[in-house]
Amino acid sequence: MSRLAVPKTYKLFIGGAFPRSESGRTYEVVKADGGFLANAAKASRKDARDAIVAARGAVGGWAGATAYNRGQVLYRIAELLEGRRAQFIAEIEDAEGATRAQAAAQVDEAIDRWVWYAGWADKFAQVAGNANPVAGPYFNISVPEPTGVVAIIAPQDSSLVGLVSAVAPALVAGNAVVVVASERFPLSAISLAEVLATSDVPKGVVNVLTGSPAEIAPWLASHADVNAIDLVGAGDLDWIDLEIAAADTLKRVLRPEQGPDAAAPTLDRIAAFTETKTVWHTKSLR
Amino acid sequence: MSFLEYAPAPESRAILSLRDSYGLFIDGEFVDGRGTPFTTSSPATEERIATIAAANTADVDDAVAAARRAYDRTWSRMSGRDRGKYLFRIARLIQERARELAVAESLDNGKPIKESRDVDVPLVAAWFFYYAGWADKLDHAGLGANPRALGVAAQVIPWNFPLLMLAWKIAPALAAGNTVVLKPAETTPLTALLFAEIVQQADLPPGVVNIITGAGDTGAALVAHEGVDKVAFTGSTAVGRAIAKQVAGTNKKVTLELGGKAANIVFDDAPVDQAIEGIVNGIFFNQGHVCCAGSRLLVQESIHDEVVERLKQRLSTLRLGDPLDKNTDIGAINSAEQLERINELAEAGVDEGAERWSAPCEIPENGFWYAPTIFTNVQTSNRIAREEIFGPVLSVLTFRTPQEAIAKANNTPYGLSAGIWSDKGSRILAVADQLRAGVIWANTFNRFDPASPFGGYKESGYGREGGRHGLGAYLAPATAGSVSRGGARAVEAAAASAEERPARRRRTPKPAKKGAAK
Repeated sequence: MSRLAVPKTYKLFIGGAFPRSESGRTYEVVKADGGFLANAAKASRKDARDAIVAARGAVGGWAGATAYNRGQVLYRIAELLEGRRAQFIAEIEDAEGATRAQAAAQVDEAIDRWVWYAGWADKFAQVAGNANPVAGPYFNISVPEPTGVVAIIAPQDSSLVGLVSAVAPALVAGNAVVVVASERFPLSAISLAEVLATSDVPKGVVNVLTGSPAEIAPWLASHADVNAIDLVGAGDLDWIDLEIAAADTLKRVLRPEQGPDAAAPTLDRIAAFTETKTVWHTKSLR
Repeated sequence: MSFLEYAPAPESRAILSLRDSYGLFIDGEFVDGRGTPFTTSSPATEERIATIAAANTADVDDAVAAARRAYDRTWSRMSGRDRGKYLFRIARLIQERARELAVAESLDNGKPIKESRDVDVPLVAAWFFYYAGWADKLDHAGLGANPRALGVAAQVIPWNFPLLMLAWKIAPALAAGNTVVLKPAETTPLTALLFAEIVQQADLPPGVVNIITGAGDTGAALVAHEGVDKVAFTGSTAVGRAIAKQVAGTNKKVTLELGGKAANIVFDDAPVDQAIEGIVNGIFFNQGHVCCAGSRLLVQESIHDEVVERLKQRLSTLRLGDPLDKNTDIGAINSAEQLERINELAEAGVDEGAERWSAPCEIPENGFWYAPTIFTNVQTSNRIAREEIFGPVLSVLTFRTPQEAIAKANNTPYGLSAGIWSDKGSRILAVADQLRAGVIWANTFNRFDPASPFGGYKESGYGREGGRHGLGAYLAPATAGSVSRGGARAVEAAAASAEERPARRRRTPKPAKKGAAK
């Protein structure tokens, strides 16, 4: 006699908590074969705004942590992902109709990318920064700093690796993130949120919304307290309008990418959500 | 004669041999414009200097086509070493003609000759000299091996540092292997046209640099042109925002250097003599027509009265008048429109309850002038504490703790620059860490150098000019695909999608190539 399973309720992840959508809405997530998988929360405009408030509140502490500390915290996430490897593989098999090997490959790639980005935390400033030989008695140095609150429309055709590839680079330099998960494959995103909640990432540094990107993205793009928006997974939306809305507050914008190489690991993805600060100081013996 | 009175010491205009009218500089030649010509005049005397051609959309087409030809046939095929040698030539020609350029700049812009002669023009030469050396070293620019040029760059610059902004735009673009179409500001086209003559003297291949003059509509047509791959703009945040919307959905790479409302923070342990000079330089340099001007003075409460008193004394010694006079500290406001804007905001300051003090100085009869002005008792909500005045007007606010200073400094949608004055190094570094601004000057202000990246956070724009970072604004990594053909792709895609999406004619619905970060 087989045991009756206990299904999980999938909720949002905002400010370190797991609320349902304030709208009370859910939507049905189905397996690749069309069978019922779960009811995921369908985030509203208000949920998006709550997530932005949480991210704004978290950005100071995360950006202010030492780069070494951020690197350790990010690496710790990879450790926890590894521990939950079986769960993620099973979820991806179910959701995407992938074979066990395909699902395992996706999870392994996601974990390895996370490790790669974690290692950049205390090196990125050395590579992207500069000591500048100005013509005068000045100390002059340029360093990258986090842009602030980054909204992300995650790649829509993958459960985990797309999500990780978009979120991890934004975290490296110290940004706080509001990410809209894949609409079809949202369950890995919430499981990732559970990993984040039990790791050392401060509350609000990552906020995960599930639901309709088409509905939520315009509010993120136009929100004045969002500093940058990654449209990597917005290729099927009217993303040009999103870019236009983002221009109202001169947000930094990354445009959509499609295909298996979307959001491939690059230093550019870290740099895209940083600002170069140049500090001058006089030199004098007096 | 008191010690403040000097005999007039005007720089001679004889060094200039200006033409009566200037055409557009396209494909290596001066040609007639098809728009309605306009006059450029001296803001100090309102006298006409020359008639300037205006480029219409057909002229913009010609200029972009010339730049594209030069890119395809010449500049993108030339070795970095040779590109560099052309830039070194230009740098030397600027040094040789430095005095002439300084006089022309002060005449057309109204800035004091001692600034154009000692700051603007030397920096222009330095900028070309710096980037000349980069042209054959692009593998070390930080984008990996064999980075690519973007193609044709559309560059639109403001009137506050006409020739310097030209150098900031053209030098890195050419070093990286791009060709350019540059539009100088309507009120200050003169030195850009003299620069076109320098380009001819340098024997630069035709079409590598094109300079088209005109008003805002010319600039808008240039930025919107489907044949350009890169847009670089310096100017107001409002126009920057419009450009960001305009290029949405295209493959154009953009850098924007926009407005500012910089805080200049003075702690009670600051070296006061230097701080006073730095505050004055921070807001009254170039009549305050500086996007990174230290227009909000945040002074620690305990030294407020002393600092304000000493500032008033110092401002009383500034000499306002003929920009060509070597003793002039404060020149003319660039245009009647700008003077009106300064007046309007200053009136708002008075209306909102701030206290106004202006330096006692004689205002010349003709031209546009504004006496150096300080507002005290300014509240953070006042318009003069929030909006960019772009004139010689300083708003003074106070703070008690470093935390309060940081909070007030960051309380703006802008984030271009900031200043910190203190003798305590650890505090300077800690405050610098927390200021959300792209350039921080500690115990100095308004320093510029071609090796030093410059540009803003938040609504002050994106991208950097100067240094290695400034070079990156004109390059793409080798792996990012043929970005140089982005303009052509956009045209094709727009044509292909015109039927399905009539409302979206000018944009491509295709996603940008990977890595098309702005």
